[in-house]
Amino acid sequence: MTMSPVAERTDALVAEHARFTQGRGATSPAWLRDLRSRGVSRFAALGFPTVRQEEWRFTNVAAIADTPFRLADKTPTNAAQLMARVAVFPTAARIVILNGHFAPELSSLDKLPPGVVAGSLANAILHNRPEATHLGQMTCEQAPFVALNTAFLEDGAFVVIAANAVVADPIHLIVINGGAGKMMAHPRTLIVAGPNSRASIAQTFLGAAGECHFTNVVTEVSMGENAHLDLYSDQRETDTAYHLSSMHIQLQRHSTFRSRTVTLGGKLVRNDITAVLAGDGAHVALDGCYLVDGDRLVDNHTTIDHATPHCTSHELYKGILDGKSRAVFNGRIIVREDAQKTDAKQTNRALLLSDEAQVNSNPQLEIFADDVKCTHGAAIGQLDDEALFYLRARGLTERDARDMLIHAYAGEVLEGIAIEPLRVQLERELFTQLDRDLADHKK
Amino acid sequence: MSTSTEVIEQLANTEYKYGFITDVEQDIVPKGLSEDVVRLISAKKEEPEWLLEWRLRAYRAWLKMTEPTWQNVTYEPIDYQGISYYAAPKEKKKLGSMDEVDPEIRATFAKLGIPLIEQQLLAGVAVDAVFDSVSVATTFREKLGKLGIIFCSFSEAVKEHPELVKQYLGSVVPHTDNFFAALNSAVFTDGSFVFVPKGVRCPMELSTYFRINAKDTGQFERTLIVCDEGATVSYLEGCTAPKRDENQLHAAVVELVTLENATIKYSTVQNWYPGDKQGKGGIYNFVTKRGLCKGRKSKITWTQVETGSSITWKYPSCILQGDDSVGEFYSVAVTNNYQQADTGTKMIHLGKNTRSTIVSKGISAGRGQNTYRGAVKIGKNAQHARNYSQCDSLLIGDRCGAHTFPYLEIKNTSASVEHEASTSKIGEDQIFYCEQRGISKEDAINMIVSGFCKEVFRELPMEFAVEAQKLLGISLEGSVG
Repeated sequence: MTMSPVAERTDALVAEHARFTQGRGATSPAWLRDLRSRGVSRFAALGFPTVRQEEWRFTNVAAIADTPFRLADKTPTNAAQLMARVAVFPTAARIVILNGHFAPELSSLDKLPPGVVAGSLANAILHNRPEATHLGQMTCEQAPFVALNTAFLEDGAFVVIAANAVVADPIHLIVINGGAGKMMAHPRTLIVAGPNSRASIAQTFLGAAGECHFTNVVTEVSMGENAHLDLYSDQRETDTAYHLSSMHIQLQRHSTFRSRTVTLGGKLVRNDITAVLAGDGAHVALDGCYLVDGDRLVDNHTTIDHATPHCTSHELYKGILDGKSRAVFNGRIIVREDAQKTDAKQTNRALLLSDEAQVNSNPQLEIFADDVKCTHGAAIGQLDDEALFYLRARGLTERDARDMLIHAYAGEVLEGIAIEPLRVQLERELFTQLDRDLADHKK
Repeated sequence: MSTSTEVIEQLANTEYKYGFITDVEQDIVPKGLSEDVVRLISAKKEEPEWLLEWRLRAYRAWLKMTEPTWQNVTYEPIDYQGISYYAAPKEKKKLGSMDEVDPEIRATFAKLGIPLIEQQLLAGVAVDAVFDSVSVATTFREKLGKLGIIFCSFSEAVKEHPELVKQYLGSVVPHTDNFFAALNSAVFTDGSFVFVPKGVRCPMELSTYFRINAKDTGQFERTLIVCDEGATVSYLEGCTAPKRDENQLHAAVVELVTLENATIKYSTVQNWYPGDKQGKGGIYNFVTKRGLCKGRKSKITWTQVETGSSITWKYPSCILQGDDSVGEFYSVAVTNNYQQADTGTKMIHLGKNTRSTIVSKGISAGRGQNTYRGAVKIGKNAQHARNYSQCDSLLIGDRCGAHTFPYLEIKNTSASVEHEASTSKIGEDQIFYCEQRGISKEDAINMIVSGFCKEVFRELPMEFAVEAQKLLGISLEGSVG
């Protein structure tokens, strides 16, 4: 990879941005046009990251830089069919984003429970809704792909949970990308959880069949005091998709944010999650589970910033690797000066099923306060021989014993998904894919 | 824990005990670095042509390199042209016995608490004392010579055993390895050389005492230890440096090679001047240490106690090339006041059934910043490789930092890699328990810290362990509260 083509690609995207601002983007309000132009200049200045940069050492995005992606328009895809695949809770309110645009015909906003306002971000911008002003407030513009998303910011979903609202039914965000041609989409999700509210949101990413596409999603979450939010993200894009996701969570006093990220699809997947514990007694739990095979790559980067005292964080990431796949885990925990009584726990495990698979696990603790409890653990290996022996001694076949152990291994993360139909479906998809991989081994 | 403010103040005023300057006439090359200086160093040391060529290659490679910035430390930029690259005591007469050593130098060592003669007699330790850059005394050589063990200064080795030096120099740390290793390769002045022949178990622990003395001279040591098949050696390295106001650069290179069934145990106690309470002065310790387990069933153990230097930047590493080879790393790093340490290890598993253990204990006090940075790489062919890593941090005070950056890279399914890290402070209840039983706060903390470091200290040779424990106490003086 030489430097010049990458720089050229930056130019191509900057040109695409110019076309966008003169076309569809021209009618946007001035503040949004300003925000976009700041985004594009940041991206042009930063360029595509290279493996010489610490944050991107093990994930080479040259393939994205080298593909001439154009901004997706509202071309219809086989969305309805794909939707059937994930229609797990008919009672839930649905917000569907097709190639970066809100699709009212597939969404069911009429089912939104009381206390929740949600819908198209473009609409919120158009009607100058107060939550639209949150945009760009919480993200780190130092990240090139966040800057790129901001440059093309146009539509996406927003969910606002009113103060004191307790919402029992989950809200389902479905983001579908792809279709004919090499397309890119930069959907944005904005979630505002009001004080004392309680809700759960599922976010599903699907890929429409077609050529490779590039999804660059940015999610901003603002947690009010005492708010409680569960966010389940499952990524089931096609094996040719480039999926880059950046999530930023800002937590106020005594709020709790829990995320479960399940990654099953994608050719190159990068999940960046940054949680800032900005109020006393806040709690964040980031869990993740991924299955990666073929020559795919999954990179989970998490940053938990303990900025205030008495906060707790918990992280559990588990992966299964097969084929020539690669996985990266980078878990950074920062404990600022004065963030006393912090309790942070991080665990990362990887199970290798093939000699050609590769794992890079990089936990990072940066601690500037003394009265803290911080632990991290990483373990990489294969199934425990003794456990296998134990099961086989009780009459199980080798395959059954192995399946049982893998199920138990992945189950630890999946069982944290409280929406049962979603959990059952993700379990089924994960194990179907796993069975296919294991069957390939037999051949 | 504000009750012991008095104790803190009293202890904080404890001066660096080993700060004094020995006035010996020195032979110093003018400041600056150029090809001519490299040639001059080589000429002064009467080196053969091939070594000069090697130095020049390293120098040219160094010119093209840039100083690394990824490490988690901050310091004033180093002026490489402001350093004098060679200093040797002028008196260079061959010495037959300890009595011939310059009395002033001998007195320096005495102040450090390592009277050579006494050590010769009592401890049975052969000491190769490096005063600044040239060895001034080597003891017990005869006894070692009978077994065929070569233990001498690097320059002597170049003269007397050029074939061995030529074979192994740069074989583990190439002259292009990194910025500081390249610099060292170009301008190294002296160091130690050990060769243990086939099947020989070195009967005593080999030891050198490094000292940086002349003002404004960087110390560029080079150590090479080779253990032939079935041989075993334990090597100790310990350092104290006099008090200076300017920062001094120390960029050493240590290379270890073990052939089949050989074992090297390399222990370090590093207590260079850490700078004063305001973070002024102190040594920059940028060291490249690496061992190559070349043969089957060979073993390399690094044990280090790092209490000194204003900045420590070192990663003693093992390349586990031979099948069934073993690498170990035990470390205690203490940072107090404004000290910064970025240290750890790399375990590179290439051979089958290779095993490695990493135990790292970081203690931060005052405004010290302590970073563990380590890498465990399991290569594709390293079937059944195993690694266990544990890094614990202890924080004393609320203005210090402890950071952990382990990198795990696994390319083999049969590998088993475990990493655990924890960070904690000395519990108030633990101190309360001790104080209740009449143990002073100071002693209680020393006791708890000793317990915290026990796993590493027990890997040190006896005499060293005692010294290390003392050093730890001195380093942490004035920090508890």
